[in-house]
Amino acid sequence: MVQLSSNFLHVSFFLYLAATILFWVSITGRKFKNKEGIEKNRSGPIGYIVSILAVITSLAYFAIRWYAIGHAPVSNMFEYTTFLGICMALAFVIIYPIYRNNYLGLFTMPVVMLIIAYASMFPREVQPLIPALQSEWLTIHVITVAIGQGILAIGFAGGLLYLIRVIDFTKASNKVKGLEFILFTLLSFVAYILLVIGFSFAEYEAVFNYVDERGNEAVVEYNKPALIGPNEGQLITVNRFDPWISAPAIIRSDDLNTVIWSLLGGLLLYFVLRLIFRKPIGGAIQPLLKNVNPQSVDELSYRAIAIGFPIFTLGGLIFAMIWAQIAWTRFWGWDPKEVWALITFLFYAAYLHLRLSRGWHGEKSAWMCVIGFALIMFNLIFVNLVIAGLHSYAL
Amino acid sequence: MENVKCECGHVNPFGTYLCESCGKPLIEDDGQVADMRYEGVARRSQTYKKSIVDKIWNFFSSVKVGIWIIVLLLLASSLGTILPQEMYLPPGERASQFYENEYGTFGKLYYQLGLHDMYTSWWYMALIAALGISLVICSLDRFVPLYRALKTQRITRHTKFLERQKLFAKSGQIENIEESFAQAEEILKKKKYNIRKDNGNILAEKGRFSRWGPYVNHIGLIIFLIGCMLRFFPEMYLDEHIWVRDGEEVVIKGTDGEYFLRNEEFKVVLYDEDDELYRESLERAGAPVVQKFQTSATLLRRTSTNAIGSEPELEEVKHHYIRVNDPLTFGEFALYQVDYKLNELAEFTFTIEAVDEANEEDLSEIEFTVNLYDPEMVYEFENGYRIEIMEYFPNFVINDNREPTTLNRIPDNPRIIFEVFTPEMDPDEDQGEISLVGIQINEELNGENDYRIRMIDVEMRNVTALTIRKDRTIPILSIGGIIFMIGLVQGSYWNHRRIWLQNRDGEIWVAGHANKNWHALKNDFQAITKNTAIPMPIDQTEENLNERSKEIEGVEDNNGSTKQ
Repeated sequence: MVQLSSNFLHVSFFLYLAATILFWVSITGRKFKNKEGIEKNRSGPIGYIVSILAVITSLAYFAIRWYAIGHAPVSNMFEYTTFLGICMALAFVIIYPIYRNNYLGLFTMPVVMLIIAYASMFPREVQPLIPALQSEWLTIHVITVAIGQGILAIGFAGGLLYLIRVIDFTKASNKVKGLEFILFTLLSFVAYILLVIGFSFAEYEAVFNYVDERGNEAVVEYNKPALIGPNEGQLITVNRFDPWISAPAIIRSDDLNTVIWSLLGGLLLYFVLRLIFRKPIGGAIQPLLKNVNPQSVDELSYRAIAIGFPIFTLGGLIFAMIWAQIAWTRFWGWDPKEVWALITFLFYAAYLHLRLSRGWHGEKSAWMCVIGFALIMFNLIFVNLVIAGLHSYAL
Repeated sequence: MENVKCECGHVNPFGTYLCESCGKPLIEDDGQVADMRYEGVARRSQTYKKSIVDKIWNFFSSVKVGIWIIVLLLLASSLGTILPQEMYLPPGERASQFYENEYGTFGKLYYQLGLHDMYTSWWYMALIAALGISLVICSLDRFVPLYRALKTQRITRHTKFLERQKLFAKSGQIENIEESFAQAEEILKKKKYNIRKDNGNILAEKGRFSRWGPYVNHIGLIIFLIGCMLRFFPEMYLDEHIWVRDGEEVVIKGTDGEYFLRNEEFKVVLYDEDDELYRESLERAGAPVVQKFQTSATLLRRTSTNAIGSEPELEEVKHHYIRVNDPLTFGEFALYQVDYKLNELAEFTFTIEAVDEANEEDLSEIEFTVNLYDPEMVYEFENGYRIEIMEYFPNFVINDNREPTTLNRIPDNPRIIFEVFTPEMDPDEDQGEISLVGIQINEELNGENDYRIRMIDVEMRNVTALTIRKDRTIPILSIGGIIFMIGLVQGSYWNHRRIWLQNRDGEIWVAGHANKNWHALKNDFQAITKNTAIPMPIDQTEENLNERSKEIEGVEDNNGSTKQ
């Protein structure tokens, strides 16, 4: 059963890819016209149909896995992150008919693919639920949060689209740098995925003995060459790369090492692309977007955030508080994950209030949509993996 | 500070930008499109500027100040997550040392700045209070005049109001305007617009109640914040802890001795490593994974009010398996599974034996059990032997004065000093053989003994730790939360749209305003302009934008949609 569900996920991944290509064609393809002069380039609507199929297939993965493991598959990094990707696609499928914007498809689908691919880098086997997670609130709270974040992510796609459309890439500026940094970050995720796949294909493995933060002897296994070794680490596996420096004990050195590899990989990809385009990557994308109406994209991303914000609040704060009261005896405990959910809430609240002010529509708004999504990803990845708290369950 | 009378006859408060009734701009500005925020009403904060109260009011009535408070709160909150908060330190760690030892100078600084416990600090509380004040004042400052303006708005609006709407158009001279308006009215009615007519002019309005959404959700937030504040009053909140051993009955703190809890059995259940579904994951984890922590608990209630000291009479109220995520609740109380201890020492069983192997005395009758929680001090046997406990240290340590003592009453490291009297001795006169006995310890304290106390059995018990919680703020928080969500949904999922259709001397003047979701408003306009003489309004802001972008790029602009 679990295998069957994975197959559905694989199929959906390729459908998301197909939808991306179709939206691409709808924008760049020649305007086919038939004898009556009506445009025949139907790849936009077809892309939409394919993305509906992709969502159905990935929901089939979700349902089958749920059935197979006996609880909602949202209990670890792989399951949650995958579902977040699915929710973003779902939100797109709901919003597309309103605005019929193919560019949004071109921006959303690759992000969905990236999120799902990133999710697959975490262990995918079925994990038993620890006592704290055994509750119907796991289903209610997490699924609501994911749907909310998925819709907010559409705001991000819209914001990114807006920025690449309007920023002047011919002159160096902080805006250009900021945008290029966002693209570099996305490329780093791509690099991370490629590196994990590459090194696991090569079956790279280096084992270290080290001293952990409590002063105990421990063992850690690296799956990438160690640029940064563990605290007082000793390489046991022969013929492996000896680290340049070692990390202090409080840092999970293998994760830090992975982050550094991903950033280096991202840099490499970025500079290769820059060499090819001979201009900022955003600037290379911009000509594709010349027919985008900035105001309509601005309204679209505002709309996505106005729709996503209540759902996120309901799931991420209210349902979260109800569950915390039941599981941990108190509805709020200033656990890092809780605090960062609150920060995300406050950030989007600030965004919604700023929309009331003059001069905050358009570009500034778009930057905030992008930063908001960065906060969501920060809470998902950094807070879970680095700032250990009550929410850091099995990965 | 005089009121302003508009040419339509309506008297507006000082500072009004658009007449509350006809919408004529009373203060000229150079924008092509009128600023429609809060309908252009005069707010208290813009009217009174004299006294200190006014100044405070004006400060907090600014949305900009509100946003600043939100941003400060957001930044401050993030600081507290850099290092773990004091409450999450490993048990037994002292904050004053922990941060410096673990994180060096940065940790020391973090501690000295009070960031280790910042969410209860005065300045963080002050920020939240400021947010609360800002919520109230911002809402009041806007709600009252906005309500008045929307209530007094006239159907026939001033031409200057119409032409400065974002969506606006006017036609040339048209013959039968009434027919077009009737058609439009039908269409708009189908779209659930409220239609009001005056002199052949139409105001179609929809979703006005969504304008109140923000105020409703702010009320919910205020109730929520008040609920949080009540936490600090006595009797509102109870946070107690009890440890209950297997088989033990313990009074539930906070219930005035009315309720007791009996722990029938505490257990930790692990996942089966052979379970096919979890095998791979359990192998990778390399350690057993807990399936459940469970206290089989019976709630007891005292039936009589006995004199102090006598055993209370208890009746069983209910039985419940207390697990994580499944507390035992009764009345306002809830008991939560929070901690446990496995295999705590409970009883030692001893016998004595002769040190001299030649001694063939039969001592098998001598077997006694010492309860480590509450030991009996004297054990007498029929064959005349008598064993007394001289001293009992449940958790033995040598203190700073080099004297033996106990840390607490929990038998983590029990030591017992026994005195053994043989039948020949008189316990009152003679001194028996004294020995110190503990786990793997048996020391003779007064010379060589003839008899040795030997431990023959140990009994251990599990102990469960439960949190007792009573939180009377929960109903208030719930109400606040529900109102907040209602307001949020009300303001986000509906929007206020208005369409003005006016007959101005044989010309059709049409304008529209939406507080958000202009897209839907434009669709509505498309519906009423399609088969009528009504002109399609132009988005005046977009027109500006298009002209600008055409100048810059010289490209044709459409929104790239697939609509045909």
